Amino acid sequence: MQRTGAQIVWECLVKEGVETVFGYPGGAILPTYDAMLDYPVRHVLVRHEQGAAHMADGFARASGRVGVAIATSGPGATNLTTGIATAMLDSSPTVFITGQVSSKVLGTDAFQEVDVTGITLPITKHNSLVTETRHIARTIREAFVIARSGRPGPVLVDITKDAQQGKAEFHYPEAVHLPGLHEPQPPDAESLAHAAELVDKAERPLILAGAGVMQSGATRALREFAERTGTPVALTLLGIGGFPQSHPLCLGMMGMHGEAFTNSAIQRADLLLAFGMRFDDRVTGNIKTYALHAKKIHVEIDPSEVGKNVKVDVALVSDLRVALEALTPIVKAKRPEAWSAEIEGWREDTRSRDIVHRDGNGRLLAAHVMHDLWKATGGSSVVVSDVGQHQMWEAQYYKHDEPRTLITSGGLGTMGFALPAAIGAKMARPGAEVWVVAGDGGFQMTQSELATVQQERLDLKIAIVNNGFLGMVRQWQEFFHDKRYAATPMLSPDFVKLAGAYDITAYRVGARGDVASTVKKARETKGPVLIEFQVEKEDAVYPMVPAGSDLNVMIRRPPEAGTEVRS
Amino acid sequence: MKHTLVAKVMDQPGVLNRVASLFRRRAFNIESLTVGHTETPEFSRMTIVVDTARVPAPIVEANLRKLIPVAEVVDVTHLPTVDRDLALIRVRCEPAERAELASLVEIFRGRIVDVATDSVIVEVTGDEQKVNGLVELLRARGIVEMVRTGKVAMVRGSVAEMKPAAQAAPAA
Repeated sequence: MQRTGAQIVWECLVKEGVETVFGYPGGAILPTYDAMLDYPVRHVLVRHEQGAAHMADGFARASGRVGVAIATSGPGATNLTTGIATAMLDSSPTVFITGQVSSKVLGTDAFQEVDVTGITLPITKHNSLVTETRHIARTIREAFVIARSGRPGPVLVDITKDAQQGKAEFHYPEAVHLPGLHEPQPPDAESLAHAAELVDKAERPLILAGAGVMQSGATRALREFAERTGTPVALTLLGIGGFPQSHPLCLGMMGMHGEAFTNSAIQRADLLLAFGMRFDDRVTGNIKTYALHAKKIHVEIDPSEVGKNVKVDVALVSDLRVALEALTPIVKAKRPEAWSAEIEGWREDTRSRDIVHRDGNGRLLAAHVMHDLWKATGGSSVVVSDVGQHQMWEAQYYKHDEPRTLITSGGLGTMGFALPAAIGAKMARPGAEVWVVAGDGGFQMTQSELATVQQERLDLKIAIVNNGFLGMVRQWQEFFHDKRYAATPMLSPDFVKLAGAYDITAYRVGARGDVASTVKKARETKGPVLIEFQVEKEDAVYPMVPAGSDLNVMIRRPPEAGTEVRS
Repeated sequence: MKHTLVAKVMDQPGVLNRVASLFRRRAFNIESLTVGHTETPEFSRMTIVVDTARVPAPIVEANLRKLIPVAEVVDVTHLPTVDRDLALIRVRCEPAERAELASLVEIFRGRIVDVATDSVIVEVTGDEQKVNGLVELLRARGIVEMVRTGKVAMVRGSVAEMKPAAQAAPAA
């Protein structure tokens, strides 16, 4: 049966099992929006296309399913780009569909024409321009296959208006012919044996777990490996949730704002097992002095990451779960007792310095807010954090035990990510309690999506950590620029009134004693609730490894007069 | 050092742009890149000479292989290959010098393909070193204009020894 290109777009999405899309209409995508009304797909109208991109990304990260966003040509498409780049850097399986001007005027600078496939070429896993109706089905099918395969990522399909309007037979191909799409292979036996030998010989082994744990569904396989070999597990920011933080072997986050004892353990280890992580500069610090005593085993699905930043002794280029399921049975069960004791000694030192065990001397500290939010929600929420100081405090003090319960922009560090990504996460997992945790700066970048929250009647809880500064930049200015606060003090609206304008219940909290009770009230309220936490203005995230410094050279929290160590 | 990569790529619009964009973005240094048709209409073939002083060849290769329209990449640097580079060289030449120039070019199995009153165009084909050798000799006479195609390469040996570098597995 003949269908229009626009109908074919929706037929494809239905075939892919897509139930929700995020988007914003416009001239060049109008035929597709017209056809939408006849298909069982929920469309979420956003307030800015960047929001749609983050929502699709948040949807994908919360569920592991492909997130889909739609926009029109020109400015619609360019507004998506920040969200596409965010998805690219964090390997989020997403498909973006954009309308393009008619093929007859392509290349003439027609109204709302921009070279979308050119602009998005370096920030997509793949993209395509479709100018003929008969190519739409195959291209969309390929987009979904590519987005999901191997190391996932964003794929964009740009469809001209005349291709949407034209007619063609609809046939959805199950198999796709992509000679350049290389399916991941299992690790070879020789490398596996070599890896097992290094594991058996190691006295101070350490696992570095990244987002690959979630991507490959390897949480159980990781736990079995760690427990069998008694190997402690440090997490990257995006690896949080891949291994339970309540587990005795868990060392928490590594890197620039990782725990001091975790970074010390990395520098002292004699074997690093890098599982689905890519040795980003934020986790290694100075690469020349990074883990010099350690042999390195890198299990990574993307061969271009192996040897990119750190030379490794054994590479298992494979899906992580497949590799771990092959490796665990061939390594010896053991308990590196001396190593554990050494780590526990450092952990005790960290514990004694921890701000969580000090009172705030009457001030509300963001770290305490995160700690109390964790306690009050039983640690069971999906938290979607923005970018900056609050993001690091969340990572340090909200202890995640389950995969896909922390969603945050790691690689690109996109401020404004949290609110829209949380909308996507909530749509993907309506049964989950979803919290936005954002700073006053990042929140204002995409706060227009509060209208989307209310329009979709989403039961979303929002915590704004307001310190009146672009806090992380201010912290760098404090440490590295003589406290010259250029453009970091920031005026915010009255967030309670702002929420009121959207008919969203809101509270303001300025005292530690009110944190837990207000979180409790928010949880008991059906529907969206916003809480503004007015926290200490000039607090810093500790410890901190200055960019490019050795990993064990850390700025530690100074002792403060009037703050009692309570532990 | 220089590495020579041979890539089999889908013959589609924009593929050259994708490869060039990748090299630019990752700051890989291209020495030369040639692209042309192959025995199959579906595929084109690129011969890329890349400077690997900063980034090792396997990383360049792995990045190329990540591009969806790139079906296969082989690093032929250490394999026995037939390499060819073609040059057209316009060189100053008075009528009286033509015979001598022709015999010089002959030694390199090149030939004179165009003659003007004060110059000739020399065509030469061969591996890079041979072409470089002739260019050096002609430089003394005054090269007015030169164009080189860049290297193309093919691995020597029997069909039975050929095997694809990367299996194109059927996708999901």
